[in-house]
Amino acid sequence: MEQVIIDTANHIAGHAARAARVKVVAAYPITPQTTIVEKIADFVESGEMDAEYIRVESEHSAMVACIGAAATGVRTFTATSAHGLALMHETLHWASGSRLPIVMAVVNRAMGAPWSIWPDLADSLSQRDTGWIQFYCADSQEVFDTIIQAYKLCEDEKVFLPAMVCLEGFILSHTYSPAKIPDQEKIDAYLPPYRCGWALDVDHPYSHANLVSPEWYMEFRYMIQEAMNNAKQIIPQIDKEYGKLFGLQHGGLIEKYKCEDAELILLTMGTIGSEAKLTVDKMRREGQKVGSARIRVYRPFPAEEIVKLAENSQMLATIDRHISFGMEGFLASETKAALFNRADRPPLAGFIAGLGGRDVTAETIEKIAKKSLKYATDGKVENDPIWVDLKE
Amino acid sequence: MFYFLTGRVVAVIKEIRIHGRGGQGSVTAAEVLAHAAFFEGKCVQAFPYFGAERRGAPVKAFARISDEPLLVHSQIYAPDYVIVLDPYIYKVVDVTEGLKKDGVIVFNTTKKPEELGLKNWRVATVDATGIALELNLIVAGQPLVSTSILGGFAKATEQVKLESVLKAVRETWSGAAGEKNSRATELAYERLTKWWNGAAL
Amino acid sequence: MIKEPKKRKDLPLTPLSCPTVGSMGKTGSWRTFRPEVDYSKCTKCTLCWIDCPDAAITRREDDSPEIDYDYCKGCGICANECPTKAIRMKREED
Repeated sequence: MEQVIIDTANHIAGHAARAARVKVVAAYPITPQTTIVEKIADFVESGEMDAEYIRVESEHSAMVACIGAAATGVRTFTATSAHGLALMHETLHWASGSRLPIVMAVVNRAMGAPWSIWPDLADSLSQRDTGWIQFYCADSQEVFDTIIQAYKLCEDEKVFLPAMVCLEGFILSHTYSPAKIPDQEKIDAYLPPYRCGWALDVDHPYSHANLVSPEWYMEFRYMIQEAMNNAKQIIPQIDKEYGKLFGLQHGGLIEKYKCEDAELILLTMGTIGSEAKLTVDKMRREGQKVGSARIRVYRPFPAEEIVKLAENSQMLATIDRHISFGMEGFLASETKAALFNRADRPPLAGFIAGLGGRDVTAETIEKIAKKSLKYATDGKVENDPIWVDLKE
Repeated sequence: MFYFLTGRVVAVIKEIRIHGRGGQGSVTAAEVLAHAAFFEGKCVQAFPYFGAERRGAPVKAFARISDEPLLVHSQIYAPDYVIVLDPYIYKVVDVTEGLKKDGVIVFNTTKKPEELGLKNWRVATVDATGIALELNLIVAGQPLVSTSILGGFAKATEQVKLESVLKAVRETWSGAAGEKNSRATELAYERLTKWWNGAAL
Repeated sequence: MIKEPKKRKDLPLTPLSCPTVGSMGKTGSWRTFRPEVDYSKCTKCTLCWIDCPDAAITRREDDSPEIDYDYCKGCGICANECPTKAIRMKREED
């Protein structure tokens, strides 16, 4: 039975793990993720979810337990944030190198020091090189849908990579809003039983991920890159199929809003991408042709889509909810990289906003947009990232 | 209120801030309120003040009620309505901060608005603590006011119907607890007093 | 069972290694000393079989040791552990 529930995005993520018929969950609590796995623990206890819940002593162990479970041939799930994700760092490499389709919810939280429990994207973005697919959600419905879609994507034989489904702490994790839970039978029809590229077998024993000399290591890595490129093709198809079946879709790789005739396009990620639509509407009412493009999938980076967006616009502005110290925001860098070889690329202004949970309102985004339009008319853009709402 | 053009429809969003002390149920009140509005077909959000909370310390919770799907995710700075669960919190917290000029404060108190220093605001009062004591609606030594105050909110602002609040209360608490909470909500609705000083309704 | 990859398309998704005998070639050629068993002194205690680090000793039907000289590296542990000194290490002749 399809139902609409009102709950926090964390609890809704728990519902998604249940609906995806996950068989093993190994997790360690951390604010603001904990209520995801608490909800799953409730489901396992009540019997609504037929799964093994493993209480481990750290996030490092959580991921390793998931790797072990996935290697035996079952669908696995875990969740973490910030320092928990950082603690799992080496195991993230292991999971992707082992080509295991693990799905993990990352509730984005700022990294310490200084200690912060509030949201920004530093945690998951610092893991962008680990070979994990990364989704960034703008509302709780997308959290549910993306977890289901992630399993379908990761278990595709042309992919077999793990995925992070990211949602901002507190803004989504602890905010109570409605979401549609589709009919379980329909979800089962959309998401077939777990499929993996390999699984441990006691009757034909082998071990995985053993020592590989310089003779073949590069080729194994190339195969991961191929899988990422395949994912770029498959993600839009999966989102479209989900949309047809359930009436819900989220833009594939990039959710575009009024970009077709936009002079300025704001590139954003996460909930800032949702709020940006309000700014776009307000500025359009005032005669400014602004559009917003929310980067839903950060890995693989949708370079081709960005090139297409840039073709029709005169100015780009990126809003990064984190900074790579010594350089700039990741979205700014990678967008520039995607456009580098185009002679006709528009100028790009990179903005840093919302670190450590600093609120980013439609007004803040309007300030960013107006500043970008001024750069466009002046014909001059600052090279350094522009920090928004910074105190003197 | 925000007016946002989404297509050709103007979206009207009402924003509510709830003041209480940790453990009094401010967040629950926000969630039940959102639930009630949801039953009337509204798009809703409810969230706590994002931060560490502890029993007894002043806390805030928030809700949004909208005709159109909510795209906004940032904080609430200029609420249309304020609900105050704790009778004495106004002494340490400015409950009127950011409140719109024609906004309404729904206050759990036995006092009159001028005794609370709120003479120039539209205030609605109800002794929700008294109702809780009357009905023996006490949990862990605390009189439960977070649901009954929503009955007062329904009467004062007409943003939700009493029936919707009662339905949300009964869905959150079953059996005897549900009945007690519902009765408290109804009593608060009946006993609410509006003090509209000068401002037109 | 084991496929040596020649091209990238021969690779599995992630390296998968099966247990196999002699993947590093016949290591018996590393020997300087070779163990020799005097079966008249052997009490079939199987200690040499248990202690051989290369699993180059198998048990015959009567539990006496069978040394696989293709893979025995001549480490001398079997001779050292044998309680009746039934195994002696002799200089390898070529």
